[in-house]
Amino acid sequence: MNFWTEGEDIADQAAPDGPIETRWERRRFSAKLVNPANRRKLSVIVVGTGLAGGSAAATLAEAGYKVRSYCYQDSPRRAHSIAAQGGINAAKNYRNDGDSIYRLFYDTVKGGDFRARESNVYRLAEVSVNIIDQCVAQGVPFAREYGGLLDNRSFGGTQVSRTFYARGQTGQQLLLGAYQAMERQIGLGNIEMHARHEMLELVVVDGKARGVVVRDLVTGEITTDLADAVVLASGGYGNVFFLSTNAKGCNVTASWRAHRKGALFANPCYTQIHPTCIPESGSHQSKLTLMSESLRNDGRVWVPKRGDDKRAPGDIPEEDRDYYLERIYPSFGNLVPRDIASRAAKNVCDEGRGVGPGGLGVYLDFADAIERLGQPAVEAKYGNLFEMYQRITGEDPYQVPMRIYPAVHYTMGGLWVDYDLQSTIPGLFVIGEANFSDHGANRLGASALMQGLADGYFVLPNTLNNYLAAGPFDQIDESHPEVVAARGQVEDRLARLLAVDGDRTVDSFHRELGHIMWEYCGMERTEEGLTKAIGLIRGLREEFWQRVKVPGTGEQLNQNLEKAGRVADFFELGELMCIDALHRAESAGGHFRAESQTPDGEALRHDDEYSYVAAWEFGETPVLHKEQLEFEYVHPSTRSYK
Amino acid sequence: MDIQVRVWRQQGPADKGRMVTYDVKDISPDASFLEMLDVLNEKLILDGDDPVAFDHDCREGICGMCGMMINGVAHGPERATTTCQLHMRHFKDGDTIDVEPWRAAAFPVIKDLVVNRSAFDEIIQAGGYITAPTGTAPDAHATPVPKPDADAAFEAATCIGCGACVAACPNGSSMLFTAAKVSHLGLLPQGQPERDSRVVDMLQAQDDAGFGGCTNMGECTTVCPKGIPLTLIGRLNNDYRKAIGKK
Repeated sequence: MNFWTEGEDIADQAAPDGPIETRWERRRFSAKLVNPANRRKLSVIVVGTGLAGGSAAATLAEAGYKVRSYCYQDSPRRAHSIAAQGGINAAKNYRNDGDSIYRLFYDTVKGGDFRARESNVYRLAEVSVNIIDQCVAQGVPFAREYGGLLDNRSFGGTQVSRTFYARGQTGQQLLLGAYQAMERQIGLGNIEMHARHEMLELVVVDGKARGVVVRDLVTGEITTDLADAVVLASGGYGNVFFLSTNAKGCNVTASWRAHRKGALFANPCYTQIHPTCIPESGSHQSKLTLMSESLRNDGRVWVPKRGDDKRAPGDIPEEDRDYYLERIYPSFGNLVPRDIASRAAKNVCDEGRGVGPGGLGVYLDFADAIERLGQPAVEAKYGNLFEMYQRITGEDPYQVPMRIYPAVHYTMGGLWVDYDLQSTIPGLFVIGEANFSDHGANRLGASALMQGLADGYFVLPNTLNNYLAAGPFDQIDESHPEVVAARGQVEDRLARLLAVDGDRTVDSFHRELGHIMWEYCGMERTEEGLTKAIGLIRGLREEFWQRVKVPGTGEQLNQNLEKAGRVADFFELGELMCIDALHRAESAGGHFRAESQTPDGEALRHDDEYSYVAAWEFGETPVLHKEQLEFEYVHPSTRSYK
Repeated sequence: MDIQVRVWRQQGPADKGRMVTYDVKDISPDASFLEMLDVLNEKLILDGDDPVAFDHDCREGICGMCGMMINGVAHGPERATTTCQLHMRHFKDGDTIDVEPWRAAAFPVIKDLVVNRSAFDEIIQAGGYITAPTGTAPDAHATPVPKPDADAAFEAATCIGCGACVAACPNGSSMLFTAAKVSHLGLLPQGQPERDSRVVDMLQAQDDAGFGGCTNMGECTTVCPKGIPLTLIGRLNNDYRKAIGKK
């Protein structure tokens, strides 16, 4: 059975060539500008208010564009970027430890297992230094040393200290910086903010993105908003797994609606499973909580050498412990990248050496760090994380080692964009986790915050000009047939969801979908499993549309109706993820195909066949378009952290 | 464990609202309070009843979206804990638990336990920022910040804007929220140029939004999930006096 067909190759037309160090500078120079007086005649819709959307909205408004922002939460300050803990990378080389823009570029391309675009990654490394300056100017209270200068720490996949942080709440502090800049523009009347609104459809007129259809989550009212360009900053799709570290409301709907309207979706199978999360405690579990990767700076990961060793961790002597990351990867030790740490944890648990309920956990032990640094020093660095752990598990990590297990955390895939961050629909730009562009098959720690803010503060505001310079575009109003049609699609879909009136809740379907995805499209994937999963998802989706029960009406605050629409889109996305994972018969980064591994169980890439971005076109049978990747600077090699 | 919850049900702003009692059976002590409500809602939906509406998102204590009065205490019995981080192990089998929305003039109820907190955004709009348009920043190391100041600014900046302080205050005052932002920015060198106008404008916005006045009761800091200290209100008052004195 053919799950997909192959179409023509695509290329990134916006990318400049020539020396990589000057590509961004040359693109900024070649991009058309918009006269400040004309900017106020141009309107831009930004969907999502996380680090990417918040920083973009504020910066575009500062530049003089008329911005309208949407978020489903009750305030733009609550977007899920707020939960990012560990830090943000920047090639400042404040440590004098050999860091540079080129090294951050190199680490990121390598960390992404040679499946990212060199041009994009170089630009990301280049603007990283401006981000830190910008955030400090806004009053982001980064951690400092006694001399008053900024402190740094290390993250996985690197051997330098380039991560800036604000205790374990870096995402919160960075987001509040962007939020405050945004609120200032709201106060000045340059941004019109619509909280508690959800985008349910994209409006495309004459091939250009011209607006969105949104639902007011309080009154249920459906409205259309038309503009000169649309920016999606709607985040990742990890919640397709039901259990993930994403917020409960995170969803793929904005991206998926754009995909159905013609935007290609790239590399959906690249999902990041984070190694350090608190294990599941029972069937009531509604989400999983991350423990920052920064803990691996001082915590040591281990399991008992023997699976039948049921002693309490403190009673197990050194010689009976297996510090398996330090043993297998002596040069990076506990700081190997996330994909490698996660799979190693799965392997020791599969061997029957896992700890805690169900044997699904490994120890993250701070006893050595507490002895070396003293408890107050450990508290100063990680206090809030330790507290969070204790609150959730009821165990004191200062006394007993933490138990951790991998969980879905981030999605590297997303809507395909060119170097200008424009999707295949002209006028539709995609930024932050919602696009696919910078992390390849695996994202390094502390790079999500860097990418979100790079896109929003520095990249999009320079590339969007080039598109808007051709505007203002033809005036359209609500009576335009495409606008009427988009609105009709939303109304029909909501009516259909409410009309089923079956006997199963939305959550029960979402949980079941999540089980299928985790089992067959999680840390390890096989041809057989993925083929099975596609069948299971199709069956479940059919059942959903026959048996789902959505209480209430569409004309009120109806949280189950919101969820039902999101889950309906997750079914379609989940199927595409499995198809993408099935077609990519190699292992790369977060995508591990059991059929493609080295004799010692490491991921085995096939560069001759798969050195491309898989960009999928929507259809009854998805169509694969390949964007070939070229490596002029960092030559693909076997990624080794040993 | 089996418990009973008495939940505030209110169809919309115009509805008078009432407490309704539900039995929730077989709850794991490891479940969070919101997971207990999830279990209740699953049952209500299958029984053909209207599930309880409540705000929540990250469920890890940082987004500030969740919040409810639990047995009359904002975010419930555990100190320095958001509702989503409160676990059922802190209750006993057979307990009856009252669950109500934040109650404050400036936070009108939308439905059941969901309230409108947009007044907080209005306070920030009035001055809760440093004017630093993108691209204007000097090098991050241009101005060293003494570590104690940076640490104190960070402590104040950890406010999650959940509104528990307002809900707990007999006056419905947002003083702790405002003081946290005034202190965060006022402790940093970057925040000095706007220090005077910030405190004056934010206090005005707070009054305009319908929050009550502060009489130093201290209920706010007791329920604050991030432990924002009451001393910051003193700091705000000091800043305010200085700013007014210069006028």
